[in-house]
Amino acid sequence: MSSWLSNVAQLTRRSIVRTLHQPGSLFFALVFPLVFLAVIASGLSPADRLPGFPGDSYLDFALAIPFVHGALFAASSAATELARDIESGFLDRLALTPASGVPLVLGHLVAAVILGVAQACVYLVAGLLAGAHVAAGPEGVLVLFALASLVSLAFGALGTAIALRTGSSEAVQGMFPLFFVALFLSSLNLPRNLIETDWFRWIATVNPVTYLIEGIRSLLIVGWDPQALTLGFGCGILLVAIALGLSRAAFAERLTRT
Amino acid sequence: MRSTLAVATGVAWRILHNAFTNPALLLPALLFPLIFFLGFAGGLSSVDQVPGFDYPPGYETFQFAFVMLQSAAMGGVFTGFGIARDFERGFMRRLLLAAPRRSGIVWGYVLATGGRWLFTIAVVFLVGLAFGMHVDGNPAELAALLVLALIVNVTGTLWGAGMAMRVRSAQAGPLMQLPIFLLIFLAPVFVPLDLIEGWLHPVASVNPLTTLLAAARSLLAGSTAHVLVAFTVAFGLAAALSLWALRGLASAERAGG
Repeated sequence: MSSWLSNVAQLTRRSIVRTLHQPGSLFFALVFPLVFLAVIASGLSPADRLPGFPGDSYLDFALAIPFVHGALFAASSAATELARDIESGFLDRLALTPASGVPLVLGHLVAAVILGVAQACVYLVAGLLAGAHVAAGPEGVLVLFALASLVSLAFGALGTAIALRTGSSEAVQGMFPLFFVALFLSSLNLPRNLIETDWFRWIATVNPVTYLIEGIRSLLIVGWDPQALTLGFGCGILLVAIALGLSRAAFAERLTRT
Repeated sequence: MRSTLAVATGVAWRILHNAFTNPALLLPALLFPLIFFLGFAGGLSSVDQVPGFDYPPGYETFQFAFVMLQSAAMGGVFTGFGIARDFERGFMRRLLLAAPRRSGIVWGYVLATGGRWLFTIAVVFLVGLAFGMHVDGNPAELAALLVLALIVNVTGTLWGAGMAMRVRSAQAGPLMQLPIFLLIFLAPVFVPLDLIEGWLHPVASVNPLTTLLAAARSLLAGSTAHVLVAFTVAFGLAAALSLWALRGLASAERAGG
């Protein structure tokens, strides 16, 4: 068991180091969500004058966005690395050793979570420096990081399933824009009660990403909202369970083919 | 001139053929403008109730103008990614050796990007109409809008091509994307310039894309406000970036592709 965990730890380290060796994509994953936050928070600041807008500042409302945005980038990076390991035959070689391929898959997944949390630290500090507040206080920050980790794990597991199914880094990169569709068709920019377009509000309501964002957002602008947190953690756990199930099936099929 | 045209059409044909026979290449360029349009026009429709917001055709049309210019500029950046890949795979070296007039390579990429973008924006326009977008401009104003956006598309391609030909690696991706992304989003994307507050207002006021966006929104609303200034800015940017791209080509030639 301890050697198995040691394998996971080493392969997690390998995945993180490989990501750190790509400063271009790392810079993009850190800077892009922050730039997007800065632009959205300033460009949409008049929206906080709409009747029924929650909270006093659009910045507080928008600060939830980079946590999900950054998790997507971290997951995309980890899934692409896993696909490259499949393309290069590293997974097949590892599967022939006593270590098996499972630690490699888990290593990439844990790396996605670690990178997602590291990015979340940067986003939170940047947001607080820009004048945002966390309504739930210091304890809320811990819950915020727990939810951000779950979001990274959910997207990472979905990316892992795609990487194992396709075995192609190009296919993984091609599929990730679809995750951004889910992000943009949620209550990303306005609360659902202020979305007037019926079809959009319906899509946002059935979109699980909405509840991940609203869970994080509740800690920032409401404080402790049991319903939003239950839905946020519930959707996150459900997504993780589905994605891990898909990953397991794809992994078994890949090993059978090998 | 004839050999430049022959090279340009050859390069353009290759790219367009690849794009329209491989959905994996065509879809991302189509998907992002659609996401932006549906996400912003649908998700932010109540923003037009913010006190002081005055754009008679409606918020869908307000956002379509943004998506039109965003897709035009980013379409050029996507071409830059393709050029960088051509360098990494050694195709550009063969192209540089084979082309009798190498400037035709740049114009070929420009031509192909324009063709690809026209398809993208036609789809987004139809989607916009299906979702209730109002267009108050007459055919001449819409033609002017199309020309303006095509110049932006050319400008974006020249930027991406110049950067790709200098760096000659896919690592140039963020260098191509981030400046254009900043230029696009540091303009009045969600509300008119007058309603923007804080640090973004002075930045948006000096951003050349603000003028282009204001002209595009005017033309869609049946007005010609800002149009002359916008065309002057667009032609100026295209001329400056032509030099940037051709100098990038010279840099690639010196490096031997």
